[in-house]
Amino acid sequence: MIARGIAIAIAILALIAVPYAITEAYYVNIASQILLYAIFALGLNILVGYAGLVSLGHAGLFGVASYAVASLLVLGYGHTVAILAALVIGLLFTAGFAALALRATGISFIMITLALGEILWGLAYRWISLTNGDNGVNVATRPMPFGIALSSANAFYDMTLIVFVVAVAATAIFVRSPFGAALAGTRDQPRRMNALGFHVWMIRFGAFMFSGLLTAVAGILYVYYNRFISPQTLALPASAEALLMVISGGAGTLLGPIVGAALVVVIKNVVSAYVVRWNFMLGAIFVAIVVFMPEGLVPGMARLSRSAWRAMSGPKKVLPAAEPKP
Amino acid sequence: MTALAVQGLSKSFGGLRVTANVNLKVEPGERRLIIGPNGAGKTTLFNLITGELLPDSGSIQLFDRDITKVASRKRAHLGMARTYQIITLFTHDTILRNATLALLGLSPLRWNPYAALHRQQHLVDAAHAALKRVGLDHIADRPLAETSYGEKRRVEIAMALAQNPKVLLLDEPFAGLSIDERRDVRQLLTSIPRDVTIVMIEHDMDTALELADRITLLHFGEVIVEGTRAEVVADPRTREVYLGE
Repeated sequence: MIARGIAIAIAILALIAVPYAITEAYYVNIASQILLYAIFALGLNILVGYAGLVSLGHAGLFGVASYAVASLLVLGYGHTVAILAALVIGLLFTAGFAALALRATGISFIMITLALGEILWGLAYRWISLTNGDNGVNVATRPMPFGIALSSANAFYDMTLIVFVVAVAATAIFVRSPFGAALAGTRDQPRRMNALGFHVWMIRFGAFMFSGLLTAVAGILYVYYNRFISPQTLALPASAEALLMVISGGAGTLLGPIVGAALVVVIKNVVSAYVVRWNFMLGAIFVAIVVFMPEGLVPGMARLSRSAWRAMSGPKKVLPAAEPKP
Repeated sequence: MTALAVQGLSKSFGGLRVTANVNLKVEPGERRLIIGPNGAGKTTLFNLITGELLPDSGSIQLFDRDITKVASRKRAHLGMARTYQIITLFTHDTILRNATLALLGLSPLRWNPYAALHRQQHLVDAAHAALKRVGLDHIADRPLAETSYGEKRRVEIAMALAQNPKVLLLDEPFAGLSIDERRDVRQLLTSIPRDVTIVMIEHDMDTALELADRITLLHFGEVIVEGTRAEVVADPRTREVYLGE
């Protein structure tokens, strides 16, 4: 327990130190991107990892929150109103998504979420009076919470880090809670859960809402980070990318989506500067993960390090014979 | 008052009539055995009683309350618990976690998204108690995947008993067990107090017969014979259904 507390404290201190270690604004911005996409992936992981429901439409929910902020700012509302309204709008769309998609599970669930995501993308692309179509919407300023300007890369990183830590803590508490246990139960044995007295549909709906909340938070951070939103953000490749973050890192683990987000963002932004065919590299890495660690990087590394530890600690000890029964 | 009453219950899958006008009256505290050859509609009858399937016609009462249209999950809250013929447990979790989930199903705590589950001492204690009852408490922390088939069968029963049911439906609790395991499970079932009504499906007549007060014989979805143990065993129709003419 104490060891875990120390590990968490070190991790947070290390994250605070990031902008001081890498002083270039470009790389600090990439660190911010990792954190905000990690929040997105954490949200998607609630459904994919803990509920066993794979969504391919989450970029739609992410984008709705982004567009809500951008549009409200263009209409002249303040940042506080825009952010709160974006959260409410994000949750309303999530509830609609959930109500439609939770009629099914498995492949049908994936197809419904994919279709819903595409509808939102279509609206963003074609409802030009609202979204400015392919030209997107610009966001002029970042908010100034408590009078602190977030215009610099470092300040925005710190803000994102605070939200990220809260999101991780909320997720950790959620998955260890009775509701989290019930959710995992509906993933593994929905029929038994129903017979035990659980409301399987309502549990999944609740999980969807929490997932949508984290997704909306990430969407809001994104639009302020990027200061621009266009239909591309809602498109299917964006949903697939988020899903890759979850699966490559390790679905159903707390750290997996964070590691997955770091992997995808780094390859997209850093490696692409040196390798022209970075898409190919991303694909190759995913294939390698699927082949060697099908459960994802975080559980996979844990497994490999365990077996490496065993190999290093010498020949296997002979197990003592079972004690005879008295 | 009857613990469980079923009137004119029918269910068809397409053209196949799997439950045909079944009537059943189980008294409080009774041990009822339901027998019948493969495909007689025994498990379907259970699925209708627990609400996992909806009947085409007929009605079901639990302690004189009509539950025909009550959602399956709510029947658990009304005091109905079941086990499955095919083991339906949480394979990735420990035995303790399996029992805890059974208790959580009836607790308002199940909606709580912020408390730490492992710190809910009353739930953990109750789960240990439920496991103790079936003699599995010493391996409570073992992952379910590492337990034997016989132990899994006992976890099934422990989860149903943990819910303190008034009516307990056991779907082939002896299926696939060794002779020793059968004896253990039989002892376990005998130890269940009479304030629990038990309806049990079982193929293994030798083990199950002595547990039963009354026996219902199903064949092609219909009740063929019903009566006390001696009556049903002596009835020529039982012989006919089981052995052919």
